[in-house]
Amino acid sequence: MTSLAYTLTDSATMLRRQIRHMRRYPSLTGMLIGMPVVLLLLFVYVFGETLGAGLPGGGGDRGAYMNYLVPGILLFALTGTAQGTAISIAMDTTEGIVDRFRTMAISRSSVLTGHVLGSLVQAMLCIAVLLAISIAIGFRPTATPVEWLAAVGVLVATAFALTWLSVALGLVSDSVETASNLPMFLTLMPFLGSGFVPTDTMPSGLRWFADYQPFTPVTETLRGLLLGSKIGDSALMALAWCAVISLLSYLWAKRAFHRRAAR
Amino acid sequence: MAVTTATRPAISVSGLRKTFGDKAVLDGIDLMVTEGTVFSLLGPNGAGKTTMVRILSTLIPADGGSVRVAGHDLTAQPDRVRAAIGVTGQFSAVDNLLTGEENLKLMADLHHLGRAEGRRRIARLIDRFELGEMARKPASVYSGGMRRRLDLAMTLVGDPRLIFLDEPTTGLDPRSRHAMWQIIRGLVAEGVTVFLTTQYLDEADQLAHHIAVLDHGRIVVEGAPDDLKRRIPGGHILLRFADPTALDTAARSLAVVQRDDDALTLQVPSDGDVRSLRAVLDRLDDAHVEVDHLSIHTPDLDDVFFAFTGTPASAAAPAATTGGHR
Repeated sequence: MTSLAYTLTDSATMLRRQIRHMRRYPSLTGMLIGMPVVLLLLFVYVFGETLGAGLPGGGGDRGAYMNYLVPGILLFALTGTAQGTAISIAMDTTEGIVDRFRTMAISRSSVLTGHVLGSLVQAMLCIAVLLAISIAIGFRPTATPVEWLAAVGVLVATAFALTWLSVALGLVSDSVETASNLPMFLTLMPFLGSGFVPTDTMPSGLRWFADYQPFTPVTETLRGLLLGSKIGDSALMALAWCAVISLLSYLWAKRAFHRRAAR
Repeated sequence: MAVTTATRPAISVSGLRKTFGDKAVLDGIDLMVTEGTVFSLLGPNGAGKTTMVRILSTLIPADGGSVRVAGHDLTAQPDRVRAAIGVTGQFSAVDNLLTGEENLKLMADLHHLGRAEGRRRIARLIDRFELGEMARKPASVYSGGMRRRLDLAMTLVGDPRLIFLDEPTTGLDPRSRHAMWQIIRGLVAEGVTVFLTTQYLDEADQLAHHIAVLDHGRIVVEGAPDDLKRRIPGGHILLRFADPTALDTAARSLAVVQRDDDALTLQVPSDGDVRSLRAVLDRLDDAHVEVDHLSIHTPDLDDVFFAFTGTPASAAAPAATTGGHR
């Protein structure tokens, strides 16, 4: 076999391992799905009526707010799975199994790709459950099949970027606790953007941050694809952010992985 | 050294150095491991044993010196080295969420064994390491001894000809320890070369063909276990007598190194062989002295340790299990 074939085989082996972990330890996946579901219900049924009234154009109700909210909740869910990735990477590296992999003649990148692919599977599972629940309680997307595909593509690209970022964060953590805390800031990001309320009502400094941080164009792109609001240059911005974050995080993770070995 | 020119070295190391910060953990190590033998690196915690294993198994780079493992240069061809070795580290390297069998399967897949071949080897290893029905339980519920056995079984899936065992019995109960020793002997019988680190003198004595004592990053002495014992003083016959008169008489007729008038004992130097013992007894017979009690003391590795490092091994190796460089 060629070395590329080995890389693929080894990555597939590592992915199988991650999926076994998910099945063996379903409470983590359960928690990762549970949190955004709770948040969704909270925002729709507790704050929904009030927040709906504040939507631009005025006079939105609970249903209108739910439509506005779902893209933000989906992104919030992705930040949760990113946290799970950091934890499982840190568990692996602190427990010695990664050292075993390192002394074997396997494709080194497969250790990380296995985690990344596993996390993507987990993230998409989360998204599917959330979308199903949202639609069940009244979320009414207007997307055509092509727009749906594009929306899934944006979600995958975002999950990919966040996953590599959290792989790097997991690798630079010296304990599982640190790995669980470091990506915490990510879960705040959808709130500090247009995920939950429009940015217009925020004070100017915060509004400036909210308008330019990566989660906002991603949210706006998803909203546009699923509900037909104006996308503008958000799509381009979103994809650029995803590409940049993925690339930098990948390089950071790779470096951290090699440095970890040298301790 | 017991190495002849006819045998190929499994590992050869010269001038190996490693520093962490400004601390020289390995300070110019030279050693040679003959194929098919057990080489034991013996030393207290913090001596540099784990660092040595981590370098030889390609986990961390050395700062200087040259190393060949299984015929390949460590820095130039790390992947060739990795393909030839198996490593069981000091800290358990099993996947706790997977069952024993799944752990072994993971190894078989990573070694790119075919389905049938993988299954065959896994069945054989489960049998050999007495994992039995526990093989279907997650590794998180395994006892310490069973976890070590699984760990070693995982190392053996790829059928390596050279394995590194870093303190394989630290923290095990005596029974698991003996089981591990039996397994290691079995591997050697199959022609596997074993690089073993240990802080237990009896373990090195039991298993190793060649021992190198590592202390503060340097090899202070090396040789076959019996050689090492012969090279140090301390072998003697201890004679106890019933009364001071007998002690006096005996002391006059023997070359005594140490006399204890309170305990009524004499120490006579001896390397423990039958001839020197008979000579001592003959002289006592000639002098008509009755011996109350006799015991023979051959030096053990504790004496070796003391003689070459200046500290007793027991004091240098506390029960703590820390000391790895991670």
